[in-house]
Amino acid sequence: MGTIWFCLVAVMVAMYVLLDGFDLGAGAIHLLVARTNEERRQVIATIGPVWDGNEVWLLAAGGTLYFAFPALYASGFSGFYLPLMIVLWLLILRGTAVEFRNHIQSPIWIPFWDFVFFLSSLLLAVFFGAALGNVVRGVPLDQTGYFFEPLWTNFRLGAHTGILDWFTILVGVQALLALMMHGGLWVQLKTHGAVSERAGKVAGKAWWGVLVMTAVVTGATFVLQPQVIANFHTWPAGYVLPLLAVASFAAVQFELHRKNERNAFLASCAYFLGMLTSVVFGVYPMVLPARNPAFSLTVQNAKAADYGLKIGLIWWVIGMVLVTVYFVYVYRLFAGKVSETPDSPGHGD
Amino acid sequence: MGSALDVHRLHFAFTVTYHYLFPQLTMGLALLLVILKTLALRTGDEHYNRAARFWAKIFGINFALGVVTGIPMEFQFGTNWAEFSKAAGGVIGQTLAMEGVFSFFLESSFLGLFLYGEKRLGRIGHWWAAFFVFLGSWMSGYLIVATNAWMQHPTGYRLNASGGIELASYWRLILNPWALWQYAHNMLGAVQTGCFVMAAVGAFYLLTKRDLRYGRTFVRLGVIVGVIAALLQLVPTGDFQGKMIAENQPATLAAMEGLFVSQEGAPLAILGQPDVEKRRLDNPLELPRMLSFLTYEHWSAHVQGLDAIPVNQWPDKIELLYYSYHVMVGLGTIFIAVMALSVFLLWRNKLFESRWMLWILMLSAPLPYIANTAGWMTAELGRQPWLIYGLLRTIHGASPRVGAGNVWFSLLGFMGMYTVLSILWLFLVYREIERGPEPENAQHAGETPLAAD
Repeated sequence: MGTIWFCLVAVMVAMYVLLDGFDLGAGAIHLLVARTNEERRQVIATIGPVWDGNEVWLLAAGGTLYFAFPALYASGFSGFYLPLMIVLWLLILRGTAVEFRNHIQSPIWIPFWDFVFFLSSLLLAVFFGAALGNVVRGVPLDQTGYFFEPLWTNFRLGAHTGILDWFTILVGVQALLALMMHGGLWVQLKTHGAVSERAGKVAGKAWWGVLVMTAVVTGATFVLQPQVIANFHTWPAGYVLPLLAVASFAAVQFELHRKNERNAFLASCAYFLGMLTSVVFGVYPMVLPARNPAFSLTVQNAKAADYGLKIGLIWWVIGMVLVTVYFVYVYRLFAGKVSETPDSPGHGD
Repeated sequence: MGSALDVHRLHFAFTVTYHYLFPQLTMGLALLLVILKTLALRTGDEHYNRAARFWAKIFGINFALGVVTGIPMEFQFGTNWAEFSKAAGGVIGQTLAMEGVFSFFLESSFLGLFLYGEKRLGRIGHWWAAFFVFLGSWMSGYLIVATNAWMQHPTGYRLNASGGIELASYWRLILNPWALWQYAHNMLGAVQTGCFVMAAVGAFYLLTKRDLRYGRTFVRLGVIVGVIAALLQLVPTGDFQGKMIAENQPATLAAMEGLFVSQEGAPLAILGQPDVEKRRLDNPLELPRMLSFLTYEHWSAHVQGLDAIPVNQWPDKIELLYYSYHVMVGLGTIFIAVMALSVFLLWRNKLFESRWMLWILMLSAPLPYIANTAGWMTAELGRQPWLIYGLLRTIHGASPRVGAGNVWFSLLGFMGMYTVLSILWLFLVYREIERGPEPENAQHAGETPLAAD
């Protein structure tokens, strides 16, 4: 039961990264690809009707994590107290910026929110990456099942780690570059003309950065987290996951050259899926590895009682069917490129 | 531990109180929007569609702030209340996760359609979009109230061999009798916020002699729905809540009422200041025997006072609890009077000319916010010293490793950020009201000078 919910939570987190990932990425390249007010309105319009729904995946994944692995939720969220508070503030700023930007047509109101949107998206990408880095590296859990990490200590991987050290910063940079690529491909797909062209170029440049960072971080991960090698050794079928990541990553560049915007974006989705499943596969059965492996939280010692988890399976499946229907409906309704004229706010209405 | 615990409590109290300023209007307006859309559909009168579009703009601003201030609530269960989460997550995680999966996706998907898709969806489709937004927000309300109700009155759980709390019956968690009454009471409070705000905007238009037809529609809808909600708020929902508290949380009832001494034929305190140290109510203005009657339907029934309860089981903020409860009940009574009088004048065809009544309606807009806040403070302070009533004390619920310094850091951060959000809300909502339901016809539809600040 623990393993099933481990997979289901992983699916929800992956959905969050794929979906909110493109709108975070769109934010992180916002000021780079769109120069005029009108171009920036187009970038915001590509995510306007969907960003809120995308972010719900974070809340829903959080809620599901809470109910399936209460001990992990308690330990992880209190241990990552400071970065999570900062993430919350960034989410508040970002949501406010997207929603309020178009309320007033003023030469200082709009650029202000554009900048807030850009900066909060960029920092969120880095923080989410660093958080993932912390999970892979392991945290200083002790026998009580708790830990507390300050934002940083000496940036080394000793006994007293901070949220930010050289490894987690590298993962943060990788996440930022990867999301810039992902967001660039999304904006390219959803806009016309100069914005679309610039977004494609940014994605293409970010691709090279992602290439380097993926190699560096993957190498470091094998050294830092022995469980990863052990898992791939035990279940060689798992190699299919990193292979998916590598193949789809190559496909991103290939499709960019062929100017197939849709396939390039889908390949990027597959890259994220491959990377995330590789990580999840690599740390299993741990849900939160400890620096001292004896204290790690696992699918067994962090899960809730089986009765609740079984009941949960029923409503979770029903809920996800409904969610799929909503998302297919909304994305189809807002399908196609956003309009270049402001009279029809974004969606050709 | 003491000082960190206090900051954790203040942190949650501040963020949740602030957050709930938005959902109460969202949930109340969602119902009123469905009514407006229904009227438009039934009468075929475009006036109601325009009215709905006007309120949809305010709804959108309010909803956005409800979302961004709501995300920290779910996080805080883990960040600030780790021991509580570890103990209870297997039970109340059910309702919280269901809220995300069933309500938030529904709301967020259909809100976009409701706000931007009117032309594309057509008349019937747009009504459904409004209905699904309403359904999502009201379902979300239920799942949150059910979570709180479990903390007030735990049902459907068992203790396992190691003393941990486990879910034993899903349906007893979901259909907790406490949740049903608390939900009804809570939603009526939200409806009253929606009604008072709508009526206040209508009264503002009538008093300033602009958008008269809209002003009359808003006032009429606000007071008709408002009087129903105000009455149901008292009886049966408030009444039953009181009886549940008397039965299950006797210490809470005694503290709420400022009843220090157990007695037969207990009086109901209308005014007075509790002196907890001397264990008495100063300057009491009381209705004799009323508390006994209201609680047990018997004029000389015995009511437990605080003296019958060990001090370590007393709520720890008795004064605040007493005032919260009295503010809630006092305002609730005023709401019935205001709404009933308005409906009476409406029936006599005098309401729209009675400027004094319109003044009262306009100035009353902040009051339901205060009453709803006081109501939740009564529920939360009343549950003390328990976090989960009878199972887990608040002192054992906080995150063991998160020190006071870190909690102050984030609390101050939230205070600063929420100050900015308050200014934005006031500014943007006032701007929509000022532009009115027909901005294309308004004399000054351009930018307000404030926009340049």
